[in-house]
Amino acid sequence: MSDHEYTPKSKAGKWFNDRLPLLTLANHLTDYPTPKNLNYWWTFGGILTFCLITQIVTGLTLAMHYIAHADMAFESVEHIMRDVNYGWLIRYIHANGASMFFLAVYIHIFRSLFYGSYKSPREIIWIIGIIIYLLMMAAAFMGYVLPWGQMSFWGATVITNLFSAIPLVGEGIVTWLWGGYSVDNPTLTRFFTLHYLIPFLILGLVVLHIWALHVPGNNNPVGIDIKKPSKDTVPFHPYIVIKDGFALLMFMIVFAFFVFYAPNILGHADNYIEANPLVTPAHIVPEWYLLPFYAILRSVPDKLLGVVAMLSAILILAVLPWLDTSKIRSAVFRPLYKQFYWILVADVLILGYMGAMPAEGLYLLIARVATAYYFLHFLVILPVLGLKERTIPLPLSITEPVLGGSPNMAMAKKKESKIE
Amino acid sequence: MNKILKLFSIIILLCVSITNVISAEKVEYLKTDWTFKGLFGKFDRASLQRGYQVYTEVCAACHSMKYLSYRNLSEKGGPEFSVAQAKAIAASFEVTDGPNADGEMFQRPGKLSDKFVMPYENVKAAEAANGGAYPPDMSVLVKARGGGVDYIYSLLQGYEEAPNGMILDDGVHYNKYMYGKKIKMSAPLSDGIIEYSDGTNASVEQMSKDVTTFLMWAAEPSLEARHQMGFKAIVYLIILTILVYFSMKRIWSRVKSEV
Repeated sequence: MSDHEYTPKSKAGKWFNDRLPLLTLANHLTDYPTPKNLNYWWTFGGILTFCLITQIVTGLTLAMHYIAHADMAFESVEHIMRDVNYGWLIRYIHANGASMFFLAVYIHIFRSLFYGSYKSPREIIWIIGIIIYLLMMAAAFMGYVLPWGQMSFWGATVITNLFSAIPLVGEGIVTWLWGGYSVDNPTLTRFFTLHYLIPFLILGLVVLHIWALHVPGNNNPVGIDIKKPSKDTVPFHPYIVIKDGFALLMFMIVFAFFVFYAPNILGHADNYIEANPLVTPAHIVPEWYLLPFYAILRSVPDKLLGVVAMLSAILILAVLPWLDTSKIRSAVFRPLYKQFYWILVADVLILGYMGAMPAEGLYLLIARVATAYYFLHFLVILPVLGLKERTIPLPLSITEPVLGGSPNMAMAKKKESKIE
Repeated sequence: MNKILKLFSIIILLCVSITNVISAEKVEYLKTDWTFKGLFGKFDRASLQRGYQVYTEVCAACHSMKYLSYRNLSEKGGPEFSVAQAKAIAASFEVTDGPNADGEMFQRPGKLSDKFVMPYENVKAAEAANGGAYPPDMSVLVKARGGGVDYIYSLLQGYEEAPNGMILDDGVHYNKYMYGKKIKMSAPLSDGIIEYSDGTNASVEQMSKDVTTFLMWAAEPSLEARHQMGFKAIVYLIILTILVYFSMKRIWSRVKSEV
């Protein structure tokens, strides 16, 4: 937080600011001291904000032309693609935007895991982030239902049916969710309503996420606290703004490639077949970003336990700040943790792959091992590692590894260059 | 700069692996050169017009194309028939309109604004006329099949004698590219089944290619506009990225740090 008191220069500005300190807020946001050693993995926060705004703007436009009715939804999407001016562009940005959003959020989460950003005093930022991630999954799932294609319909059927695993009241809950005895028009209209609502909830939580971030300030690749703000930090504007902007532009190039040259590659072909309750697709698969959790769900033979495992896989992240017993934040100074970190990354990628494959034979076996390891990582490896691991001595300040001059510098420097 | 490139390549790698996992289905389809693929891909206009002829003279007997209108036939980026031609095509179809002032439905010649006339009243009628199998609507058929254009192109040429030992029910045909290898549609194309108005030899291969091109356009009428805009957008982004990179370097040169 900037420590100096801000007063607007103009009289009118001062008058306004005394009544509503918007200018103080703007000043805080531009002057916000940011560690100068942030690397490019830190640019994904800004990229995610861009993704959210893009989804909201394109989503609003689509909602003006979309018709949430089981008999007309599919047709109205084709109407958007064919008759609405640049409707194809808006829809492809929105559909691929969801994938880009998740790509960015996964990088953002794994950055946090690597540099220990979830640790004290940033637990609340982290937990808000997990809630945002959960809401994102709900929004994405419901958004995928709206075109009312075959995957929309059957995906909705499979996912809502998970609630039937709850003992005693399960069946009742599913009927309540559907608004009937199968996925049908009432299901579609409520999914549309919620799909419209959730992004604004996310927006609110993003404000809290950033607010909570601005209390302790950013973590950084070295993972130690700021010692001297004048030496260790730069003002958010222009330094971080331009760097985030540069990274965002690179991200937009990838984004544009998908929108313009491979707009349907991340979706499933079956979703261009209108929903038909009488024909079940050969393989029902969720969108790629949900595959790891789908693999966990299917790797447990019991339905209820499968649902519990899938939910736990996400919720376990919320208690991560207390599962990880190490006081050292950055993996740069935790040689063992760093190795387990990369094993976890591989484990999640394997789970994602298995989620796309049929749940049988060798695939199922690998998915089960990977599921077991996922929980082992969080429940056993992390708590034990924090107590047993011999860490590398931390530098005295974050300026040190940047500018040099300390005995720790060479080592920190070497480690840094390895991971970047 | 080095680490930026590294980060960038990691993201690209991630994207490639994601798309690989999704399109894991591996079937060897027949290959042909599609003019509409690639950064500057455009439809072959003559092929689109021939493809429309194949569609309307062969496929349209059973397959509807309910999201297309006759006006689309003269629009930019499509077969680009002249407006007069498109009007003539539309007028060659009888459209049910109404109710009129007497409360009765009536028949009139089609107009540009009409949707393509459907061969059957409804799905049930289509099934009844086709041995219980519904001939799928062709508006977005190419996008609704895993292999896309290659799949459709292959399927049209994939009819063969059933291998020994395979028993086919009445009205079921063997097609090596069909899911499960059994298909209810009999081979729709045979050499010379239609006579191209531009004199092209109507071989099964030629007709398959033309009609598949037409179906691709039907499913993705904005493909050419998308490719053109995409190229401009990406070039613009790259130039802007380079400019922002140098301003970033300049701004950060005031600080003893690395970007």
